[in-house]
Amino acid sequence: MSTEQFRTCPESGLQFHKPAEMLMRANAVLAVVMLLIGGLAAILVTLTRWPAVHLLPADRFYQLLTSHGVNMLIFWMITFEIAVLYFCSSTLLKCRLAAPKFAWLGFALMLTGIIVNNMAVMNGDASVMMTSYVPMPANPNFYLGLILFAVGALIGCFVFLGTLVIAKSEKTYEGSIPLVTFGALTACIIAVFTIASGAVILIPTWLWSLGYINNIDAAMYRLVWWALGHSSQQINVAAHVSVWYAIAAIVFGARPLSEKVSRIAFFLYIAFLQLASAHHLLVDPGLSSEWKIFNTSYAMYLAVLASMVHGLTVPGSIEVAQRAKGLTNGLFEWLRKAPWGNPIFSGMFISLVGFGFLGGISGVVIGTEQINIIVHNTIYIPGHFHATVVVGSTLAFMSLTYFLIPVLFRRQVAFPMLAKWQPYLFGLGMSAFALAMMGAGTLGVERRHWDMAFTDAALAFEYPASAYTLMGIMGVSAMVAILGGAIYVLVTVVSVFFGKRVESESSFGFTFTRASKAEPILIPEGGHAAAGKWGFAAPGTFLLAIFFLVVFVLYYAVNWKYLASVWPMS
Amino acid sequence: MSAIQPPAETVWWRQPLDKVEGTWITIALIWSLFMFFMMPFWHIYGKQNLSNEAYRTTPQAYLAKTQAMVDEYTIRTETDSRLPVVKPPPGSDVYLLGRLWQWWPLLELEKGESYRLHISSMDWQHGFSLQPVNINTQILPGYEMVLTITPDTSGEQTIICNEYCGLGHHNMLGKIYVTEGGQ
Repeated sequence: MSTEQFRTCPESGLQFHKPAEMLMRANAVLAVVMLLIGGLAAILVTLTRWPAVHLLPADRFYQLLTSHGVNMLIFWMITFEIAVLYFCSSTLLKCRLAAPKFAWLGFALMLTGIIVNNMAVMNGDASVMMTSYVPMPANPNFYLGLILFAVGALIGCFVFLGTLVIAKSEKTYEGSIPLVTFGALTACIIAVFTIASGAVILIPTWLWSLGYINNIDAAMYRLVWWALGHSSQQINVAAHVSVWYAIAAIVFGARPLSEKVSRIAFFLYIAFLQLASAHHLLVDPGLSSEWKIFNTSYAMYLAVLASMVHGLTVPGSIEVAQRAKGLTNGLFEWLRKAPWGNPIFSGMFISLVGFGFLGGISGVVIGTEQINIIVHNTIYIPGHFHATVVVGSTLAFMSLTYFLIPVLFRRQVAFPMLAKWQPYLFGLGMSAFALAMMGAGTLGVERRHWDMAFTDAALAFEYPASAYTLMGIMGVSAMVAILGGAIYVLVTVVSVFFGKRVESESSFGFTFTRASKAEPILIPEGGHAAAGKWGFAAPGTFLLAIFFLVVFVLYYAVNWKYLASVWPMS
Repeated sequence: MSAIQPPAETVWWRQPLDKVEGTWITIALIWSLFMFFMMPFWHIYGKQNLSNEAYRTTPQAYLAKTQAMVDEYTIRTETDSRLPVVKPPPGSDVYLLGRLWQWWPLLELEKGESYRLHISSMDWQHGFSLQPVNINTQILPGYEMVLTITPDTSGEQTIICNEYCGLGHHNMLGKIYVTEGGQ
């Protein structure tokens, strides 16, 4: 193994394998381009659903909504995740990347798939939404593009797994892989399951669209498609939780409270998260309640338990690290004196809180078999998943970018003042956007719907005025979030392509703890707890967790109460 | 050793649990089990459950059954296209179909009475969304879903399609009128 293939980042102490570095850059840049395209569609889509603006004609609206869904949920997220996988294997394990040429083939397939799919959608005969439910037909290239992309992503997963094997056999690390790599491995395993499910359903659907297969059963399609559709969002969850741990380590030098608990929680993801296909089938004909209850609860909520554990251990590890540095006053000094002006941290923390309080709670509540009756396919659903995928995953990835710009791209972060405010604009705007949609959904407003006033319909229906108000708030918040998104793209593109090269430490954009030089967090005599209160190592975090639980219980109860007011049915 | 480095102790799984983690895991597990058992509990003691009764069907067979009901129980028509309003007897099987882009026929039911409501699609996937009472289910071609419903509020309910079904999706409405019993 030649050492010329490696460079050590003087700032972070991380070692980059040059072929891996090029691949990470290519994937990250492609991801941001997809975010830009999906973001442009987002502007037009939200301006149409904002009743006072109602910008686009119906056909354009459905076309751009399809484009927004596919480009954001599949192309942006997964392309960025491939970059994260290479980082978590090659860089964190100080190992050469397995088969870089094969990885470039994967990248080329992903890019080809993106182009083929986007051309089909732009052509106007594939406005079938991301879900492309049969038997509504789309241009065959719509499915073909997704298949090509999936094959490329699968290659990326295998390159990641191959790199783990090389690292192990070449002994580039001692003992076990780092927790963050373990989380990335979790994401990778879920990704392989997801892509396999996608192949099982999209290849026959592609053949059906070409006329080689006569019929695809609508219920079967939904069951298998959602093993792709929902599980792909679980890749995001595993990836962004890994990013949380990584940022806690990067910014604070935090170490996990206990490796055992965090790793078991990741293992619960591997074991149970992919049952979530059921979330979309709770009011479908042809499935039994027993099946629905077991699967929608991820086998008695064991994967939810895992998320609740990560929700405690990530901020808990930050609290312990901060207390060890002497921020021990009261319950929350560690949090008050956290670097709120550093977007790497602020974005990660907003992502954590938003994912838990908005995305997590709403997801579990609407994934309850019977409660789903009052929200299925209302705009509550996109409200929920914008809180998970956008506030949770996207914002976490944005925060990580502010670390990667100097370390991976070796450029200074451009417009640091804008970057400082970006997580707040994006995170809080998107949270308000998600809440407004959840509110409107509770009033019955439909998702994927061009005209909530039903102007051209033969029959009439009027939503209450409050629904219009909420959709207006949705529109305004969307504009705030989109401004935040635009700043992210601006900062990233200007930094990466025109930014000042990072030469010395003083030219660095943001300060953060350098992984290799971080002062080790010493466990005081008597364990972590000695630095905390009540025998708890992280009492402030524990109190926040209890507050989370109280909100969760109350919201859960309110929804059962609402359900009980609906017509009796059996 | 932080989370981006290998664990310091190679036998990391022997590290004892912190009190904060142990306590939280216990609380979270209890809550998880509570939420799990809430669903079967509601099947036994709650009033809003889907029966999961469903049959395979074809658009032709289902249309024939719906047409037979419309022929027998139509009480009036509405709008320029003379949409039938059907008033089936309480307790009977009521057929509703979704197609591009209408819910057919319009229904009139009596408050406090139960009906076996059958729903299926003639073409693509549709979403049955009854507003403002707010009941939402997925309607698939080839599957006939059966729901026993008991309207307990009178007045006009609108069926909106909430599964995207093409360009006329946002115009796909239907009606269920609920009258006070005995009228």
